[in-house]
Amino acid sequence: MSAGTTLAELVAGRDAGSDGYVRLAVAADVWTALAEGCAAGLHDLSALWADGDRMRMALSTDRLRVIASLRTEAGAYPSVSARHPPALRLERAMRDLHGVQPLGLPDPRPWLDHGRWPDRRSEARYDFLPSEGDGLHQIAVGPIHAGIIEPGHFRFTANGETVVRLEQRLGYVHKGVEGLLAGADIARGARIVGRLSGDSTVAYAWAFARAVEAALGWTPPPRAVLLRGVMAELERLAHHIGDVGAICNDASVLTIHARCALQREDVLTVADACFGHRLMMDRIVPGGVAADLSSDGVGRVRGLLGRLEATHAEIQRVYDAMPSLQDRTVTTGIVSPELARQYAAGGFVGRASGRAFDARKAFPYAPYDQLDFDLRTRTTGDVDGRLLVRMDEIEESLGMIHRLLDRMMPGPLASASPPVAPDEGAAGEGAALVEAFRGDLFVSVRVGEDGRLARVHPRDASWFQWPLLEAAIEGNIVADFPICNKSFNCSYSGHDL
Amino acid sequence: MRSFLFDALFKGTATITPPPPGAEALEEIAWALGKRSRQRLGRSLAIREVDAGSCNGCELEVNALGNPVYDVERFGLKFVASPRHADVLLVTGPVTWNMREALLRAYDATPEPKWVVALGDCAANCGVFAGSPAVVGPLTDILPVDLHVPGCPPAPIEIVRGLLALMERVG
Repeated sequence: MSAGTTLAELVAGRDAGSDGYVRLAVAADVWTALAEGCAAGLHDLSALWADGDRMRMALSTDRLRVIASLRTEAGAYPSVSARHPPALRLERAMRDLHGVQPLGLPDPRPWLDHGRWPDRRSEARYDFLPSEGDGLHQIAVGPIHAGIIEPGHFRFTANGETVVRLEQRLGYVHKGVEGLLAGADIARGARIVGRLSGDSTVAYAWAFARAVEAALGWTPPPRAVLLRGVMAELERLAHHIGDVGAICNDASVLTIHARCALQREDVLTVADACFGHRLMMDRIVPGGVAADLSSDGVGRVRGLLGRLEATHAEIQRVYDAMPSLQDRTVTTGIVSPELARQYAAGGFVGRASGRAFDARKAFPYAPYDQLDFDLRTRTTGDVDGRLLVRMDEIEESLGMIHRLLDRMMPGPLASASPPVAPDEGAAGEGAALVEAFRGDLFVSVRVGEDGRLARVHPRDASWFQWPLLEAAIEGNIVADFPICNKSFNCSYSGHDL
Repeated sequence: MRSFLFDALFKGTATITPPPPGAEALEEIAWALGKRSRQRLGRSLAIREVDAGSCNGCELEVNALGNPVYDVERFGLKFVASPRHADVLLVTGPVTWNMREALLRAYDATPEPKWVVALGDCAANCGVFAGSPAVVGPLTDILPVDLHVPGCPPAPIEIVRGLLALMERVG
């Protein structure tokens, strides 16, 4: 089994749950064969988490999705990252949070545990990886950065101007989200998950809602599904526009930045007027949505789309006509297609390196199952590629919102929660993959017999993008780090849990 | 590029007229200042934003303060890179244990006189993260807070009101 087990062999005709995931218990040898399958490129690692006395691993190919469970032995289990490095930070995090022991873990240092938590006797000391050689020096940056961004530590080793290694240390904004979610009721759970990463609040709320709905056999009404789509695409627009501006800002092109900041503000103002919150927090709830779009609101959104279409075309034209800007973005911070595939990098990070994956396309969930759009990829893998993928997506989102509004029908906003408690076993469990602006995010939910959340695990797209930033900056100059970082725009909070 | 410039010339300014300073904020700051020396800062405040555990929602709205609509630099409010250049620490998030030391160091590095603003519900009362063992507690447990700006996250206009109140009394 050294070449790894394929998902098709493993599933062997078993039916998937209503959420599209085939759930099965595996033995340790199959578990390691699945990990080897990830390494061999047979399937992608989508998530890895501890759940009581089991370790669980979500895997996918272009048509199959599996959640494999392995019973741990006194908390120990064979390490996945020993065979497939992208699992490394996930395993270190789960060990810190849940005390599980991945046997053969290649890097035994803690990850989210900084030795600061009360009632925990871990070391505050952290040894960065050694870099040795003539003329090398280290630059320590953070946790507090110069701009108005989230905290994290970056340790650069540089040779003159050139970065020879970047090592990230994250976990500073760890808020104990998984602990808070265990035992919470569903309404509170939705509010917490909606605050995992404020910039993806709609996507998180949606993923959580879908996972809970799958667990309880709950169906949101059609109008709610369309409104979810509108909100999610507005969120995507706001952040893509903001990111395009911010990337140009890092190359000192303030004109584009100012224009993008204005357009982004336009989106948030319209979102506020239509849904009652600029970021649309708490507007998607399990069972439906908590805010309606009036006919007046439809007009506002259409007006917004018209303004954005005009600006989008102009920004593209200005960008294309500015060699001094492209000089900063083209061939800067390259992520190879091999790395993007190995890490199953989602969003613009993957798509700029040729990985044609979008959760809305790969595993379409309503309303995307009835919504046609182009999935465009680039192959350059540089800052320019990631910017252009965003520009493409802005265009697609504008069209999608138009079509969602065309299909808007009257009807209820939410359906009542199912009256009966779930049956024992798999009925109380659900998972969902949602395409947030920065990539696919995964939420798994297990509802207990008391109707409260027994275990929730959210996996941000950033888990598989942060490590690629380390690779992307290698060989670039230190001064290009901000623009590379911005082109990734990974979430600290979503990653730190 | 030219079209952007023409737009800016002919479409008029996007920048809104400033709101009056928040009344509650004025009251809170007046109380805070009663206990401290007041110093003229030439109607200008340098602000160092510190995310001490936020979900990044507050950061999005603080960033929006610089866009052409709110444009807070016109009021003399400037976001600076180092706490050593700052008059005000604008702190977001429920303070996490993992960020506590960095926050305290930033506070210590900020020269006197200095003011601390707790931005958002999390900084005020930890918001939905209250009760987590990974969270130290609300900002007042860690630093002397001069002003609270509530909201999850506070809209930029509310942040502007709060900061203008601070400016009114301090600057």
